Amino acid sequence: MAKRSAPEVNAGSMADIAFLLLIFFLVTTTIETDTGLNRKLPPIDDQEVEPPVIKQKNIFTVLINGKNQLMVEDELMELKDLRKAAVEFLDNGGGVGEDGCTYCKGKKDPKSSDNPDKAIISLKNERETKYSVYISVQNELVAAYNQLRDRRAMELYGKTLKEMEANYADVNWIGNKETLKDKIEKIKLEYPQKLSEVQN
Amino acid sequence: MAKFNKKKSGDLPAISTASLPDIVFMLLFFFMVATTMRDTTLKIENKLPFADQIEKLDKKDLVMYIYIGKPQEAFQGKYGKESRIQLNDKFADLSEIKAFIASERASKREELVPFLTVALKVDQDANMGLVGDVKKELRKENALKINYTTKKGDVFANKKN
Repeated sequence: MAKRSAPEVNAGSMADIAFLLLIFFLVTTTIETDTGLNRKLPPIDDQEVEPPVIKQKNIFTVLINGKNQLMVEDELMELKDLRKAAVEFLDNGGGVGEDGCTYCKGKKDPKSSDNPDKAIISLKNERETKYSVYISVQNELVAAYNQLRDRRAMELYGKTLKEMEANYADVNWIGNKETLKDKIEKIKLEYPQKLSEVQN
Repeated sequence: MAKFNKKKSGDLPAISTASLPDIVFMLLFFFMVATTMRDTTLKIENKLPFADQIEKLDKKDLVMYIYIGKPQEAFQGKYGKESRIQLNDKFADLSEIKAFIASERASKREELVPFLTVALKVDQDANMGLVGDVKKELRKENALKINYTTKKGDVFANKKN
């Protein structure tokens, strides 16, 4: 008997099957966004504790009104100028003696903040404020902190804070993670994020 | 001279579709890898704002999602056009946040509860009033770690008003 070759399998409908699967996955799945601005809310304390007295010059007030206008330290401001203003305020270092700031590069204006540890940014908004504007403002304020922290990290360790954090999270990174963590903590302590959110 | 008979002109050679399955499979694998299964059906509009100082939410199973936005057109007849809260698959009131947080906490192992994060997925057109109320509820429930979920992008691309 003659040798019979195996019959060819018809693969013509393979494309149809694959399309079917593809369309199923297109319909049932989404591309998730899992990035965002992390914040920590203040706890509610029931005790009647006298709030500590904070000097007016150490508070940087940012108010967003119902018409989505921005008022910074009682003056109208555009969003694009906010980051610079916040950096100037945080980095002022106008304190003397114990309140002084050795690493600040600001103007040392006695009317502005003493040191980054005392400087508080107070973000106020109204009920009618639009969420997108609020997020833009939050983003700019966080950017101001990040800018100062990166600058300080570059000075001390020659790397930005972001790189250091990436190294810390990277399992393949070679080096001492304990000291790296201490370094990151030190930078974060020198420019602590003191951002209070209030709603009128 | 049959040997030199020309083929009939005009009939085009068939295009080979043999590689079509390969192309489609490639697309299929891309979508399988890059996307996740929808776990909640959104009943609200949810266009997230942009920001660039963002951090990644790493532990996906330790995140509770609260959606806020205007109801989609199909639900506007019943729920109106004002921003609403959506928890899991249904519209919710402010008072239901308490129960939602409690049930999410109960479903996680006890040692993981302090690491739970609340992701606020808020539509960019929503008003801060409702967001502020939600934040107040979260403070009452002592769920203090929050994340304003945003897309990566330039803040100046956000709507101004």
